[in-house]
Amino acid sequence: MTSPEPTPSHVAFVVNGEERTAPRGASLEGVVAQMVPVGRPVAVEVDGQVVPRAALADHLLAGGERIEIVTFVGGG
Amino acid sequence: MSQPQAASQSPPSPQSDGADSPLVVGGVTLSSRLIVGTGKYATYAEMARCLEASGTDCVTVAVRRERLLNAAGENILDHLDASRYVLLPNTAGCYTAADAVRVARLGRELLRDMGSTAADWVKLEVLGDRRTLLPDPVGTLEATEQLVADGFTVLVYTSDDPVVARRLKDLGAASVMPAGSPIGSGQGVLNANNLRICLEYLKDGDPAYPVIVDAGVGTASDVAVAMELGVDGVLLNTAIAHAARPLQMAEAMKAACHAGRLAFRAGRMPRRLHANASSPDEGRIGSPAPP
Repeated sequence: MTSPEPTPSHVAFVVNGEERTAPRGASLEGVVAQMVPVGRPVAVEVDGQVVPRAALADHLLAGGERIEIVTFVGGG
Repeated sequence: MSQPQAASQSPPSPQSDGADSPLVVGGVTLSSRLIVGTGKYATYAEMARCLEASGTDCVTVAVRRERLLNAAGENILDHLDASRYVLLPNTAGCYTAADAVRVARLGRELLRDMGSTAADWVKLEVLGDRRTLLPDPVGTLEATEQLVADGFTVLVYTSDDPVVARRLKDLGAASVMPAGSPIGSGQGVLNANNLRICLEYLKDGDPAYPVIVDAGVGTASDVAVAMELGVDGVLLNTAIAHAARPLQMAEAMKAACHAGRLAFRAGRMPRRLHANASSPDEGRIGSPAPP
């Protein structure tokens, strides 16, 4: 994890290559909920490490993370 | 009598009479010997119809970033009944072992999130370059070793090189999947002799070891040719998705897979250089046959 983001109220991070912010203290679960429809399976990776679904709520954002949220698409 | 190719074209010993045993990969029994990809279809609805027509019960999927700006849009999982199909995530598009391992872990997490009973399955691809999409053998070996150690059931895409195939099995791959020809090329089985040697090596003392031809199929006869060689299954995608009429081709693939398997088990006749009359010589009317 990186040092805290200087903005007092928000942390900044990158999700799927796009810069995003969230209120300080936000969890990974909140980020996922904002971006993925309820009920859709997801896999989440933070800085190269998979974070299981069950651990998303307890994973608080410190700022500076590189987050990947992936799904299945058609492929061979 | 000259039979120049007889030795190289002898099929592996077909199984004995009786019921065929199903394809088992990593302890999971599949009812179909076709594994079908889900890419390149015009619509998800067409994909779903083709999968059904193919008779497959195992389909490959790719792992990609969720489209955050279109999160309410359609998702392939809305069109795939996970209780009906074993989902086999691939590592397509990975050019290093590290990337392939990373993507495999994300695929496993997705399957776990879906409650899959085969969440540790992965179709491993470590590619060498974009032009050929041929496997990088060194990266493929590295990733296989790491994924097996991490508990994955690894179905590994490789070339038809028998030496690499044997190395991959030795590392613990659940199935070695040699390409018939380059991915999406539709050229069919280009080197049947290499596939024969792969089968010889991989099934030596282990006849049930699953060998699946992955990639290169262009039409139904390609599936039949592969199955007649004695492979346990065929994985294909583009040949259905890019057929002029995909649904009909899906049916053709199902029939070809069945026919090829039956022919393999039946045990084909030997090839002969010269003719061999089907009608008896005895009782023939007329002048003597020329020499």
